[in-house]
Amino acid sequence: MNPYILYIIVAVGLFTFAALFALFGVYAERKLSAFIQDRLGPTETGKFGLLQTLADALKLLQKESITPAAADKVLFLLAPIIIFVSVYMGFACLPWAPGVVPSKASIGLYYIFAIISIETLGILMAGWGSNNKYSILGAMRSVAQIISYEIPAGFALISVVMISQTLDLQQISLQQGILSAEKVKFFGIWDVTHIGGLLSWNIFKAPHLIIAFVIYFISSLAESNRAPFDIPEAESELVAGFHTEFTGMKFGFVFLAEYSMMFLVSMIAVVLFLGAWNTPFPNIGSIKFADWTTGIVWGIIWTFAKTLVLVAIQIWIRWTLPRLRVDQLMNLCWKVLTPLAFLCMIISGIWRLWVM
Amino acid sequence: MLLKNTYKAFTTAWQGLMLTLRHFVAGKGKRTMTSVKATNYFTELENKTNTIQYPKQQLPVPEVGRYQLDVEIDDCIVCDLCAKICPVDCISIESIKATSSYGQTSDGSKKMLYAEKFDIDMAKCLYCGLCTVVCPTECIVMTNQYDRSVYTLGDLNYSFSDMSPELVAEKKEEYEQQQAAKLAAKQAALKAKERGA
Repeated sequence: MNPYILYIIVAVGLFTFAALFALFGVYAERKLSAFIQDRLGPTETGKFGLLQTLADALKLLQKESITPAAADKVLFLLAPIIIFVSVYMGFACLPWAPGVVPSKASIGLYYIFAIISIETLGILMAGWGSNNKYSILGAMRSVAQIISYEIPAGFALISVVMISQTLDLQQISLQQGILSAEKVKFFGIWDVTHIGGLLSWNIFKAPHLIIAFVIYFISSLAESNRAPFDIPEAESELVAGFHTEFTGMKFGFVFLAEYSMMFLVSMIAVVLFLGAWNTPFPNIGSIKFADWTTGIVWGIIWTFAKTLVLVAIQIWIRWTLPRLRVDQLMNLCWKVLTPLAFLCMIISGIWRLWVM
Repeated sequence: MLLKNTYKAFTTAWQGLMLTLRHFVAGKGKRTMTSVKATNYFTELENKTNTIQYPKQQLPVPEVGRYQLDVEIDDCIVCDLCAKICPVDCISIESIKATSSYGQTSDGSKKMLYAEKFDIDMAKCLYCGLCTVVCPTECIVMTNQYDRSVYTLGDLNYSFSDMSPELVAEKKEEYEQQQAAKLAAKQAALKAKERGA
């Protein structure tokens, strides 16, 4: 087959997946929040309200696309595209199963971190281009927050990379299961290369990686602008933050980007810490759970399941914890998470040199 | 200090998360439609959905609820008291005098007036219930019907008179004839008196 056709198929597939996940994600968010608040959520559109988000999307498609008269037209039009495309391109390097990865980049993790930083630019363009004080306030907060939290998130990821000695996400995935070519040690003491499962995940390779995972998870909430770090959108203060002025499909793209971002950051966490496409079941003696549940189909199932669990936790946290104040947010990032992430990185170096 | 804060942050967040999780897993079945008077009304809300799926489910309301006004026109003696006491003038009544008592209400009052028009504009009503208090025959009452959504405002103007325009014209005619006859009799009597004098 012509490789270019394959590229287009993969790209369209990923876009379809992002769109479908956004539909599902909004539905899940509405249902989960409703149950948490003792409500029922959507019930009328389709069975259990399953078609509700589809109806919402149709409504958004039909809406008038308004550009404010005083807006910077170019920035305003480009912003939703940049926001979405930067998140969408992040999916290119993420592995789904053994041998199934859209792009076999050897610097995958570096690329993902670079490309999702572009989202900040889109948000700033949206805020500035709208010519609206709420939008620019939201955008400024968002930029300050995302850039700040990229530091602890980045260092938490570097501590994993130092352990695994590669930036290729497929390699990192391979090292966390029974397919690993090198020795895998549970907390650096117990050789679990042939046992696999939960025990060989990165998060259990060294005790400080558990802390790194928590740091990364907290930072990923901030990076995808989710509560309790949703000050860029802060409905009660800033109307809707940087996307106040967006209507119709432009708003739809911002929304799509938010939910794709949720999935993306959760998937990065899964790939780097929670064993990527590896099964959580270990081999116990002659019962080879890990061997039976490893393969392409199983890989996709595991990636999906683990990522959706993390997304569910993100939603759960959003509907539980209140929003942080700006100074508390920066305090947490610079005074707590960043030093801890540095510490994790140093321990990783020591671990790699003397323990592994 | 930092460690203590971190510990506190995690424990309090955990408490909150457990609270929401408890509500998440609690029974999601349909809410039982018990009256607010029931002893376990509030305890039941703790572990069930609070949503009433309104048109399908309805909370029972007291029979003596004060929602919509209703008039039993056969019992009405068209005394106009309700219209007079109404603070917002939402009741408008027009009457025709009958030539003679044409019937009785259920409590035995004589009906001497026809209700040509008995309109209540529920859009104006403030639900004070004064009209039901002053009514001598207790024909105007408040019911427990509360769902009266309409598409046009005019639909909230309830017309309780059951007289057709022909009947109204007929009764008016009868009354005028009677008045004319009375006047004629009076004038005849006057003339007779003058002649006698």
